[in-house]
Amino acid sequence: MVYKVYFEDVNVGDNIPTWTRQTDLMHWNRYAAVNDEFGYIHMDDESGRNAGNKQGAFGMGNLRWAYLQNMLREWIGDEAEVREMGIQFRAINQKHDILTCTGVITEKKVDGKDHLVRLDINVMNQDGKGTAPGYAVVALPTRK
Amino acid sequence: MPSDATTAPKTLITQEMRDKLNVWSEPRISPPVELSDIRKWAIAVYWPDTPPRIFWDEAYAKTTRWGGVIAPREFNPFAWPVERPADLAPKKATRGVGERSMNAGQTETYGVPIRIGDVISARTALVKLEEHVGKLGLTLYRYAEVRWTNQRGEFVRSRVGISILY
Repeated sequence: MVYKVYFEDVNVGDNIPTWTRQTDLMHWNRYAAVNDEFGYIHMDDESGRNAGNKQGAFGMGNLRWAYLQNMLREWIGDEAEVREMGIQFRAINQKHDILTCTGVITEKKVDGKDHLVRLDINVMNQDGKGTAPGYAVVALPTRK
Repeated sequence: MPSDATTAPKTLITQEMRDKLNVWSEPRISPPVELSDIRKWAIAVYWPDTPPRIFWDEAYAKTTRWGGVIAPREFNPFAWPVERPADLAPKKATRGVGERSMNAGQTETYGVPIRIGDVISARTALVKLEEHVGKLGLTLYRYAEVRWTNQRGEFVRSRVGISILY
């Protein structure tokens, strides 16, 4: 087995590697195709404006959720596990936004056999605005 | 419903919502998960990058602790039901109090991963209703939980989604 990161090697306050994507209709339509999420607000500018977004169609919250999962997976590797994740949607993902997923470790704890790491996470846009703050808990392997 | 402040409702919680509170639905059953479902999902969420091999390369996946391909945690095995949801029409531009909605966020807890051949069972319940008066005016927070188990009865995932009506 190949592990990318061990419980003993991380510390509270550490930033994990970021994960970035510039999104537009090509990304949203691909996601719609797998999640069967063909909402007009994600495809049609007039519908987006009718929903209150002056710039028109906007990205899916579920896709930002997946981007955060991607960030966590790239950090922990295939063998470790995401156990929990929660976010609030605070801002819209506009067309052509450059989204950067971020994470900082806030807690480490051993719970039985599980070596758990809690993080504050977010999806920042190109203006430095946090669009989806939240938390995640991952179970990491131990060297012991 | 009118949006005039003088005629605004005192509550957005309907009797139908109260009746549904903490009442779990009958299970909804997914079709068996196929390798191509997982592979396509991974391609979409990693686009334009190549997704991790654990989501599409069976030979590689056998060498991991999972012993085979697994699905990304956020994978949805219920996409593309044969019976289509009814309300897909564009929403009208002007809507009154309680007719506007937003997805406020979600929390998920994970159990065993989804694998090829799994059949997922989902039950849903409205678990909490909260009302506040904020910058959007009278606002209702609806918390709905969806619990997934697999064909062996193992816990797969719980999602508590929060939607806002205002």
